[in-house]
Amino acid sequence: MRNVRTVAANTFREAVRDRVLYNLVFFALLMMGAAILVGQISIGIEESVIVSLGLTAISVIGLFIAVFIGVGLVSKEMDKRTLYALLAKPVERWEFLLGKFCGLVMTLTVNTAAMAVGLYLALWTVKHTLEKSDAWVLVAVYLILLKLALIVALAMLFSCFTTPFLAILFTAGIYVAGVFAGDLRTMQAVDISAGAMTLMRGISYLLPNFENFTVMGAVAHGRGVPGALVGHATLYVVCYGAVVLAGAAAIFSRRNLK
Amino acid sequence: MATPAIEIEHLSKEYPYGFLNLKKKKSLEDLSMRVESGEVFGFLGPNGAGKSTTIKLLMRLIFPDGGTARILGKSIDDVSMHRDIGYLPEQPYFYDYLTAAEVLDYFARFHGLTAADRQTRVQNMLKKVGLETAKKIQLRKYSKGMLQRVGLAQAILHDPQVVILDEPMSGLDPLGRREVRDIILELKKKGRTVLFSTHILSDAEMLCDRVGVIVGGKLRGVGAPAEMVGIKTQGIEISFEMSDGKSVPLLAKATRTGECYRVQLPEEELYGAIDQLKAAGARILSVAHIKPTLEEFFMNLVEADRAQANAVEVSGK
Repeated sequence: MRNVRTVAANTFREAVRDRVLYNLVFFALLMMGAAILVGQISIGIEESVIVSLGLTAISVIGLFIAVFIGVGLVSKEMDKRTLYALLAKPVERWEFLLGKFCGLVMTLTVNTAAMAVGLYLALWTVKHTLEKSDAWVLVAVYLILLKLALIVALAMLFSCFTTPFLAILFTAGIYVAGVFAGDLRTMQAVDISAGAMTLMRGISYLLPNFENFTVMGAVAHGRGVPGALVGHATLYVVCYGAVVLAGAAAIFSRRNLK
Repeated sequence: MATPAIEIEHLSKEYPYGFLNLKKKKSLEDLSMRVESGEVFGFLGPNGAGKSTTIKLLMRLIFPDGGTARILGKSIDDVSMHRDIGYLPEQPYFYDYLTAAEVLDYFARFHGLTAADRQTRVQNMLKKVGLETAKKIQLRKYSKGMLQRVGLAQAILHDPQVVILDEPMSGLDPLGRREVRDIILELKKKGRTVLFSTHILSDAEMLCDRVGVIVGGKLRGVGAPAEMVGIKTQGIEISFEMSDGKSVPLLAKATRTGECYRVQLPEEELYGAIDQLKAAGARILSVAHIKPTLEEFFMNLVEADRAQANAVEVSGK
């Protein structure tokens, strides 16, 4: 695992030096603005607005980083040929992929954790106190992070066999489809044949189900998140992510570089 | 018999091109050759001949359509083999957000070196390739020649048994080229095997124990540079100065550059020519054997290949 750690640490260093974490400034400004504004215009729902806005921002900013940087993790190395010298070292291609994945997840974790701190500061600004129920925000942030990790794995899979542009499109498409995967499974339509319905259900089970990662509504209203849901989501990401990364490694292990 | 450092057997590679990649172009055809342990081997060929393709196949950056290769007796599929190999890619490019010291330290980590060992090696290597003063500058500010030096440094940092350099002189000024030549000679002195591709034939003549010439994806010859071009001399060349107004029959064959005349003759005509020049009061500057150069040998091969390709194209029409 030494090689994986080395690649991961370098990927994190790249993100820091390429100023990826500068998005935190934008997030901080957004939270400060929201805290000031919400304090003036809303009565009794400040907490809910701040939590919803904060979690949405964490999710959207994370999505951008996961998709765009996730796709670039492999394709940029191939385009710029920085990979040549690295693969000439005693490094397996899957170690490189896993290291890149871990590096970006590490970046997202730091980024998300910093934004979570910003969100708590904004909450404290409007409420002048923090309650026990506010801890559920952390669970929501954790679920967002799990979702982002899965998106990074998908972005890497697509970037292993297609162009960066198409990889971004595929990843974004799968994400949107995954958000509605639950609806696809339960959908009833009269004008669709039974065969087509079965096929659609089958596809919906292949798609990553992102529905379980969205607990914003509950947390924004101070409600808790069942432990079983968190455990299920964690297990789901570990298993689904492992399959996606194994697929990426299988494709990348036979990929001819330019 | 000792295990060769590099052993290539029937390697072939085709590249797809055209609409939907349906057409295929042969980049390498049934290449077989050996590089013996401890020798400096020059891989020569014009652009697009298949030199870089061969090297990339050896490094598993691309995969062959046929054939196999072994380095130090191990299959190139075995990643552990890379512990004993150093590789400089053609026109190398590295993480531009790192400094030279950081990028070398990064690559050294994959060889399991301790922190103290890494630090010592990195400092020594930066000194060796002349980057000691620029070690704290990010690579995005480096020139092409400086990146080439970083590339060379990362290739030999872990003291590998086999060093494979793809166009190591590319982008370097005369001083840099001389430094690279010195490094290659130093590696040879230490008993390391060096395979390098180049189209600078004078470098190959100067450094290589043997060279392999590849043209159009096919290996056209392997041997010592002198063997390759043939050791037989092709006559003599006399350089001389002679005052204007004087004439000898030899002048009809001579070419003039400034005050200097130069004439090429068969060896048996040497003494007759000297007698003529003595009689005319000419000052003989030099008498030298004419040897065919590697460049001539190389150019003949390339031209023959082009002629053959044209013939195939015409007959195809």
